[in-house]
Amino acid sequence: MSRITDAFRDKKTFIPFITCGDPDLDTTEKLVYAMAGAGADIIELGIPFSDPTAEGPVIQEANIRALSGKERVTTDKVFDMVRRIRKKSDIPLVFMTYANVVFSYGSETFISVCKETGMDGLIVPDIPYEEKDEFAPFCRQYGIDFISLIAPTSEDRIESIARDAQGFMYCVSSLGVTGTRSEITTDVGKMIRRVKDVKDIPCAVGFGISDTETAKDMAANSDGVIVGSAIIKIIARYKKQCVPYVEEFVRNMKEAVNAR
Amino acid sequence: MSKGRFGVHGGMYIPETLMNAVNEVDAAYRKYKDDPAFNRELTAMLNEYAGRPSRLYYAKRMTEALGGAKIYLKREDLNHTGSHKINNVIGQMLLAKRMGKTRVIAETGAGQHGVATATVAAMMDMECEVFMGKEDTVRQALNVYRMRLLGAKVHVVDSGTATLKDAVSETFREWTTRIDDTHYVLGSVMGPYPFPEMVRDFQSVISREIKSQLMEKEGTLPDAVIACVGGGSNAMGAFYHFIDDKDVRLIGCEAAGKGVDTFETAATIHVGRTGIFHGMKSYFCQDEYGQIAPVYSISAGLDYPGIGPEHAYLHDTGRAEYAAVTDEEAVEAFEYLSRTEGIIPAIESAHAVAHAMKIAPSMGTDKIIVINISGRGDKDCAAIARYRGEDIHE
Repeated sequence: MSRITDAFRDKKTFIPFITCGDPDLDTTEKLVYAMAGAGADIIELGIPFSDPTAEGPVIQEANIRALSGKERVTTDKVFDMVRRIRKKSDIPLVFMTYANVVFSYGSETFISVCKETGMDGLIVPDIPYEEKDEFAPFCRQYGIDFISLIAPTSEDRIESIARDAQGFMYCVSSLGVTGTRSEITTDVGKMIRRVKDVKDIPCAVGFGISDTETAKDMAANSDGVIVGSAIIKIIARYKKQCVPYVEEFVRNMKEAVNAR
Repeated sequence: MSKGRFGVHGGMYIPETLMNAVNEVDAAYRKYKDDPAFNRELTAMLNEYAGRPSRLYYAKRMTEALGGAKIYLKREDLNHTGSHKINNVIGQMLLAKRMGKTRVIAETGAGQHGVATATVAAMMDMECEVFMGKEDTVRQALNVYRMRLLGAKVHVVDSGTATLKDAVSETFREWTTRIDDTHYVLGSVMGPYPFPEMVRDFQSVISREIKSQLMEKEGTLPDAVIACVGGGSNAMGAFYHFIDDKDVRLIGCEAAGKGVDTFETAATIHVGRTGIFHGMKSYFCQDEYGQIAPVYSISAGLDYPGIGPEHAYLHDTGRAEYAAVTDEEAVEAFEYLSRTEGIIPAIESAHAVAHAMKIAPSMGTDKIIVINISGRGDKDCAAIARYRGEDIHE
């Protein structure tokens, strides 16, 4: 069992997402420790990309801040940060980035460095099931979980995607890009039942979850909840001083997710 | 390897949310592409509404002035809405109707594809929304008004570099939020499968006509076909039926902007490398970490950091050659064709004219060049005047 799958054992998980280098890598590193301390079970680290087509405005801007800031975040600088983190924390870490970031680094090199630095998984939203051979074979070879996504539009694709899924299943809660929604109307429970019919794999729900109420609802029907934009908003507001605010947010969310 | 490959290029690199939408387009396209009723309707609309076939015009004064190869101009600028874009739009809109869609969305750079989409949407009574980079809405203000006049809603995109690339990203984002009733009329031979293949097929009417028109006028094939390349739809259309005719040189002209040795360029084949973006594997202008590079060209329609995957393949195999043409050369060609033949080409098409002006003099007078004049230049007059230092505004 991978460390990621293990993080779902006997509990509902909370998975926060942050963009590396927003506002700088030093703050990202501090956020990782603070969020782990506040109850985060897995942390999703975004490697910034110039043109993140699956993101709404909040995360798009975080990508721009990271790439155009004084520090000029690069993939190598992110790997160095992970090396530093691994000296202090063993929380499961998953990269979220776009296909070109991985491909341009050299797919096998990128994934082997993931392993070497101590990453656990990889999420690439512009790699659907049909294109997973781009990265999945290297992930298998180096023992990195290649996380699959399903969406409300997936329907009869769910079975094949689930059969090959590793780590956990990322269930996209609703149509559209990342960011806050007024409500989530998808029958997430039904999506997840279709996955579990095929494979016993943890299912975490993401996209549009920004408050404890929604997190609690989503957790009731799944194994975990992923929150990105709501955290990025706090970071955008408080910048380098964001750590205690994010910490408190994560603590509240973890509590909501665990509530029965 | 997934569907829709041209060598290593192509594929379908899009979020899971869009996969079934794109598969639905693929299924519809497979179903109708050889359907006689669909093709009758398509041909009737291309002829009666868009004004096809477009003329193949012998440019006598230009030929004599350059003193080499005989030059023919394929007059896609004479199509309704003023460019080749309508060929693809009519095809995709007929398909969208059959798929039961009532709303279409589209990206646009120079505004030609947006205008074509808005036009056909008006005629077919479909809702239409067009995404256009903020920068482009300024340099192509007239086309923004045309789209609104035609009943389309124009969204100004100010994310990223606020040009064509960002308009494409934003249209994909919009599609993920509303799929049921909406078709994305992608305007070039790019994006995920089946778009590169489908758009090429709808544009291939250009080379089919060139072939038969030239056969009638000259009884032979051309020696070279020249077209400008951004995403590459007019070039793929002009090349397609000549790909198996190995003696026909196929030449795509990229926008070099201020030069391929500067950062202000959009010549993807010259300065790009293989990457994955906007649904496809192909060549992209990017930095060493795969961040998509900001590109530049005087032409809003060629100002794109990628190229369609079939062009990438034609380049890899050496079947087509790709030349880089600077802003200055394109503007000179824009003025030259206007004065010499009384034809004002789109600044995009002027890139192809510029390259023909370079190679025609060294070719024998028994040789034949066909230049695809993909669009007309009315939209560019104010911008070119400003480039030449005249303070003209629309």
